[in-house]
Amino acid sequence: MTSLIPRRSRSLGAMTASLVDTLLTPHGIDRYLELVDPMKVRNEIRGKVTAVRRQTADTVTLTVHTSKRWRGFHAGQYVRVSVDIDGVRRTRCYSPANSELDPAGSLELTVKVDPHGLVSGHLYRNAAPGMILGLSQPDGEFTMPEPRPEQLLLVSGGSGITPALSMLRTLHDRGDTDGVVFVHYANTEQDVLYRDELAELDRANPGLRVALGFTHAEHGGDLHGFFTPAHLEEVAPNWRQAQTYLCGPDGLMDSVRALFDAEGLSEQLHTEVFTPPELEIDTENATGQVRFEHSGREIANSGRPLLEQAEEAGLRPEHGCRMGICFSCTKVKSRGCVQNALTGELSAEPEEEIQMCISVPVGDVDIYC
Amino acid sequence: MTDLRDRLTPEQVEEFGRELDEIRQQLVADLGQEDVDYINRIIRTQRGLEIAGRGLMYLGFLPPAWLAAVGCLSVSKILDNMEIGHNVMHGQYDWTRIPELNSKTFEWDTAAPGDNWRHSHNYMHHTHTNIIDKDRDVGYGILRIDPDQEWHPYYLGNPVYAVLLAIFFEWGVSLHDLEVDRLLKGEISWADKAEVRRKMRAKAGRQIGKDYVLFPLLTGPLAPLTLLGNASANVVRNLWAFAIIFCGHFPEDVESFSESETEGETRGQWYLRQILGSANISGGKLFHIMSGNLSHQIEHHLFPDIPARRYPQIAPQVRAICEKYGLSYNTGPLHKQLLSVAKKILTFALPPREKDTQAPTTLNGEKERAAA
Ligand SMILES: Cc1cc2nc3c(=O)[nH]c(=O)nc-3n(C[C@H](O)[C@H](O)[C@H](O)COP(=O)(O)OP(=O)(O)OC[C@H]3O[C@@H](n4cnc5c(N)ncnc54)[C@H](O)[C@@H]3O)c2cc1C
Ligand code: FES
Repeated sequence: MTSLIPRRSRSLGAMTASLVDTLLTPHGIDRYLELVDPMKVRNEIRGKVTAVRRQTADTVTLTVHTSKRWRGFHAGQYVRVSVDIDGVRRTRCYSPANSELDPAGSLELTVKVDPHGLVSGHLYRNAAPGMILGLSQPDGEFTMPEPRPEQLLLVSGGSGITPALSMLRTLHDRGDTDGVVFVHYANTEQDVLYRDELAELDRANPGLRVALGFTHAEHGGDLHGFFTPAHLEEVAPNWRQAQTYLCGPDGLMDSVRALFDAEGLSEQLHTEVFTPPELEIDTENATGQVRFEHSGREIANSGRPLLEQAEEAGLRPEHGCRMGICFSCTKVKSRGCVQNALTGELSAEPEEEIQMCISVPVGDVDIYC
Repeated sequence: MTDLRDRLTPEQVEEFGRELDEIRQQLVADLGQEDVDYINRIIRTQRGLEIAGRGLMYLGFLPPAWLAAVGCLSVSKILDNMEIGHNVMHGQYDWTRIPELNSKTFEWDTAAPGDNWRHSHNYMHHTHTNIIDKDRDVGYGILRIDPDQEWHPYYLGNPVYAVLLAIFFEWGVSLHDLEVDRLLKGEISWADKAEVRRKMRAKAGRQIGKDYVLFPLLTGPLAPLTLLGNASANVVRNLWAFAIIFCGHFPEDVESFSESETEGETRGQWYLRQILGSANISGGKLFHIMSGNLSHQIEHHLFPDIPARRYPQIAPQVRAICEKYGLSYNTGPLHKQLLSVAKKILTFALPPREKDTQAPTTLNGEKERAAA
């Protein structure tokens, strides 16, 4: 009998919701709820900043409480965060740094300021408790398999610590840190994010090794100077048997990748990039016209990615990462062929979804934009 | 009659176009938080009025409350359709990248589905403004409103059709996208319109469902009063929208154009046609907001994708440019423009007399220049 009650009230709740949505057509319930309280939305996800701290001179760490719809994340994933700056909504990806086992609906984001960047600077300057952020559901494949690999190596640099720390904190919460090595690089000791938390984790988990590398200091920590293979031999002698998760600045990523490639172990290396990689762009031989169907604009193909060409044509398509990760720039190409500038892959299907930021037109292209 | 292409010298047209482009660039550069705050304020007001209107229907047995409910709902629908819907769907707020203000996804509180309207209005009407046979908004395929539309005995009913169209305007706008006139002529087939029809039916179902079924039922014994109230609000909005829109293009002295005059138009010539093919309505600030700033139809036609709240701000500049080039800038109070439209609807119901057939459609600018 008792089991019937929640079921009935649930379907009653669902019925009420669909009735309310019918009544509030065409705008839908969220457009009304958000006027009362932006966190009350039912179909979209918002986050409310509940605490702000500035761990280092150029980072800000936000504790965020999510609205109802958030379904939780896996350590290593990222979330798209939107803020309005001077009337324009800007979306960027951030990887939560907290444990996936934290109480439902809590996120911790650590954002490093890009001196010329829009969103990171805005958050650094303006984040305060009560600030509302737009959020997406989590996304990304940079996650540990279940069950986790026996030997696990987490390598990060700078703000790239966020997904790695999330994995480590999650393992700590599960009491499952044996055989894990956590290597983190920063310029100096002062620049190490989560220094106290790392020391605490190190102390609390005898089977875990936390190693700090300082690229611009000769003392303190465990490793000094930029990454070399010797660093791994020193702090993670079993690295060849481990699954390695890597996230950090380009230089670090490149040298670790080179090592794994040389050893024929690239299958064991999993990476997350925060900054756009160089795209293969050939502007010399570009031909054809690009037609933006919604706006009626048309320009000669410059050989740059469609997102840039659209912006050149005066359009402002939605986008996030500009590097083919977040899919916020996805639009339907109605006609023509585009090349994926990351993979070189060609796609000529009509009415096909493409990511504008990494798709370069090959000849005439029509896109709904 | 002066062909549109001969109104200004090519150098003049180019200079004229450049001056307007400059206004546009200044506006675009200035867009920011203020514009978003403005539209959000309007949206908040509209949603508040809507809730108030729906709520007051529960007191519908008190005549003043019923009237207030109809008033709130009418204003809510007018704001929703005009200052918010029409303008958002023109892409005026696309630069904000805010999904709720996105032209492609916005849907308004009226019978016509946004998707159908976006095509017929943004593309067909704004690109082909007042080109007979191309701009389907000339008379909405129902009325004869221009001497260049060939007369037919059907048009004897012009005034009746106009009154009906005004009362049922939201349905007129929705059916407009079916292009019945072209269907009848066999230019397009019934099957071509399957998608348009599907969207029409779905949207009509939702609108009727809430205004004429659900909300009335929710007020229990007051259901008939609520239904009547909702219908009244829809009609008030219809009459208002009809009045504003017809005054924007069809007062006397607004020009229409032939396809041949507009072939291979330059940007300057396009601007020229937009100015000569539109008319403004003068009034106060509240009036402009309630008209969705379509009281600045001329500025809207020049820059359809710039937030409409900016039109009053640039109107003096546009007017000065028109004066400089000896172009008429058609404006007048609502009653004068309405009267002028009504006169045309009556006049063109009848077959053309000898005098009319000679009346050049692009006479006005010439008259002004001759007088100057
Ligand atoms: C999966 C993923 C996870 C991420 N997780 C994190 C995280 O946890 N923490 C974190 O700090 N960051 C993270 N990032 C990076 C983050 O998303 C942002 O890229 C970063 O914060 C910079 O954003 P911004 O708006 O401040 O800079 P932007 O305004 O995007 O600028 C970035 C850089 O591009 C340059 N630039 C901007 N516009 C132009 C232009 N028109 N022409 C030329 N150059 C230009 C700027 O000079 C600047 O150096 C992650 C990224 C991804 C893809
Ligand atoms: S902008 Fe992120 S995938 Fe294109």
